Amino acid sequence: MHVVVCIKQVPDSAQIRVHPVTNTIMRQGVPTIINPYDLFALEEALRLKDQFGAKVTVLTMGPKMADQALRKALTFGADEAILLTDRAFAGSDTLATSYALSSAVAKIGQTDPIDIVFCGKQTIDGDTAQVGPGIATRLNLQQLTYVSKIVSIDKDARQIVVHRRAEGGVQVLKTAMPCLITMLEDTNHIRFGTMADAFRAARYTLTEWSATEAGVPDVTHCGLRGSPTVVKKVFAPTAKTVKATPIAGDTPESLSQTLIDTLFSAHPGLQEDLESRVASNSQGA
Amino acid sequence: MTEPATSRPAGRPVEIDERIAAYKGVWVFIETERGHVHPVSWELIGEGRKLANTLGVDVWGVILGPQGEANIAAANEAFAHGADGVYLMEDPILAEYRTVPFNKGLCNLVNTYKPEILLLGATTLGRDLASAVATTLATGLTADCTALAIDLDTHSMAATRPTFGGSLLCTIHTLKARPQMATVRPRVMAMPPKLSDRTGKIVNVALGMQEQDIITKVLDYIPDRNQDQAQLAFADFIVAGGRGLGKVENFRLVTDLAAVLGAEVGGTRPLVQGGWIPQERQIGQTGKTIRPKLYIAAGISGAIQHRVGVEGADCIIAINSDPNAPIFDFAHYALVGDAMKILPALTEAFRNRLSVNRKTI
Ligand SMILES: Cc1cc2nc3c(=O)[nH]c(=O)nc-3n(C[C@H](O)[C@H](O)[C@H](O)COP(=O)(O)OP(=O)(O)OC[C@H]3O[C@@H](n4cnc5c(N)ncnc54)[C@H](O)[C@@H]3O)c2cc1C
Repeated sequence: MHVVVCIKQVPDSAQIRVHPVTNTIMRQGVPTIINPYDLFALEEALRLKDQFGAKVTVLTMGPKMADQALRKALTFGADEAILLTDRAFAGSDTLATSYALSSAVAKIGQTDPIDIVFCGKQTIDGDTAQVGPGIATRLNLQQLTYVSKIVSIDKDARQIVVHRRAEGGVQVLKTAMPCLITMLEDTNHIRFGTMADAFRAARYTLTEWSATEAGVPDVTHCGLRGSPTVVKKVFAPTAKTVKATPIAGDTPESLSQTLIDTLFSAHPGLQEDLESRVASNSQGA
Repeated sequence: MTEPATSRPAGRPVEIDERIAAYKGVWVFIETERGHVHPVSWELIGEGRKLANTLGVDVWGVILGPQGEANIAAANEAFAHGADGVYLMEDPILAEYRTVPFNKGLCNLVNTYKPEILLLGATTLGRDLASAVATTLATGLTADCTALAIDLDTHSMAATRPTFGGSLLCTIHTLKARPQMATVRPRVMAMPPKLSDRTGKIVNVALGMQEQDIITKVLDYIPDRNQDQAQLAFADFIVAGGRGLGKVENFRLVTDLAAVLGAEVGGTRPLVQGGWIPQERQIGQTGKTIRPKLYIAAGISGAIQHRVGVEGADCIIAINSDPNAPIFDFAHYALVGDAMKILPALTEAFRNRLSVNRKTI
């Protein structure tokens, strides 16, 4: 069994800078981590390694420094790590990102066929949840998003049963591998890596692929050029034209009194609502 | 801020513009799951109506599901909320949501009838489907928008969403591909008024797939027992706490005030991450969007990801020790001071006021 986990290196802090010309986010100089949602995907993959002896390959697209995220993934127990890095990828939106990543996944599968591709539910910086399904759609993999549990895997029949979170409940889905799973958060806990894995990660020589090496068929579909969405402006939210009414008072008690007086005289409906709620509550009690 | 029309590259091939001009109208995916229409669908029809009015085009809903009277009822609801027509695709294959048939059905509709804008709810179903459709059609998709507008210079949709960093918003356009797609989270847009005498056209379209060609099967569906989840988004009164409460024990001050008001409780993401409150009580971009009559926020700074989740509240009262906290930029009433002192006083004051008045009834 071979599973590929797509991870992303994301800024750890809320610091942000925007390129004044291209309006893209500049990530240099900000401490980075593995996107926390991806760790649930990685742990689930490592459990398949424990259970079935699956080989776990981690893949990331990013700048050269994203090798740190891959190395970190190796310390948890991943077997192989591939960094997809090329200037052509800069400024990719989700469509262009899934294009590049799916090319790399396909290339990985040529030498060692893949059973499952794992992704996190979404990233903490983009928050779109679009890249996983994008890869599935491009590679014609069965798409299983928001998976809360892998119920069973039949290796020989190449079938898998999962729980998928839906709006008002959970779907129990059965499908064939190869498939793509995006793992829901809080479904597991990333393990502590072993010393042996830490040593191996430190010595490991990462595979680095350019767009050409990854077999990307058409680089014009990558990066800014390949992105149908254009960020037209980045701006700070405007303050309400009417500022918050300051409530004054020397003590918390007088402050509270003044607030309630001001509130109820400005919104008499609110007072009626609250009174009737409280009245009906105490009748019920 | 939008580009002046003259800055359009002169050499752009004409056929691209023609191809884009062939796409007309605003579509809203009406999310039905197990016979139930997700209310975000009506919120989007209200929003789609505004975009369509600016463009001078129609709004159509799209319903994919198994055969049944529920579809006609849903179509009539769509008309009442502002849709001009509904494309209805009925097939037993569509009884339960699965990516492949829904993607195929929706893409076929788009390719046949060519809408310029396609909106979906940012639910688990909507996000799953929107991503697959946008990839299949190679078009732009903007997730979790908080505002949608039409930029008349480029005749394109300006989709605004929060961006990483906690303080910025960005506006995204899809200029060279159609349809322009966006998802919007439930409760972000206001529910439009319902005019029950509005009518519209229904166009039936076949899916044209065989069940044996679909690999993924739904074995079972386990409904949530915990109905708690839906409460926060629809509550009229909400009291929430943030990191300014200092320690988990102090969250009780929030719960106490909520009890007196008969309100729901919620909190910011750091409280969820710290295990103070469960995820379903998180308010904000990655939690619940709320539209209560009254929102009381204690020890909450007002980061953009929180702000976008609460701006629909009719009245916001903020308690924060920092007079410059960003939350005061969008709150209606500002209580500057220590939440640990103000919350108990406020609880008492509300208790007295509301019970005194009750006795006089
Ligand atoms: C992609 C992404 C998605 C996110 N999604 C969400 C989301 O959905 N919801 C969300 O809430 N956040 C979200 N966040 C996090 C968000 O950016 C903020 O970090 C978070 O909202 C801050 O929470 P807070 O206000 O509780 O804490 P802080 O920002 O630490 O604010 C604490 C506040 O308490 C005040 N304070 C301190 N002591 C006292 C006192 N004694 N009395 C009164 N006030 C006091 C301080 O002045 C300060 O303003 C997201 C972040 C990212 C990057």
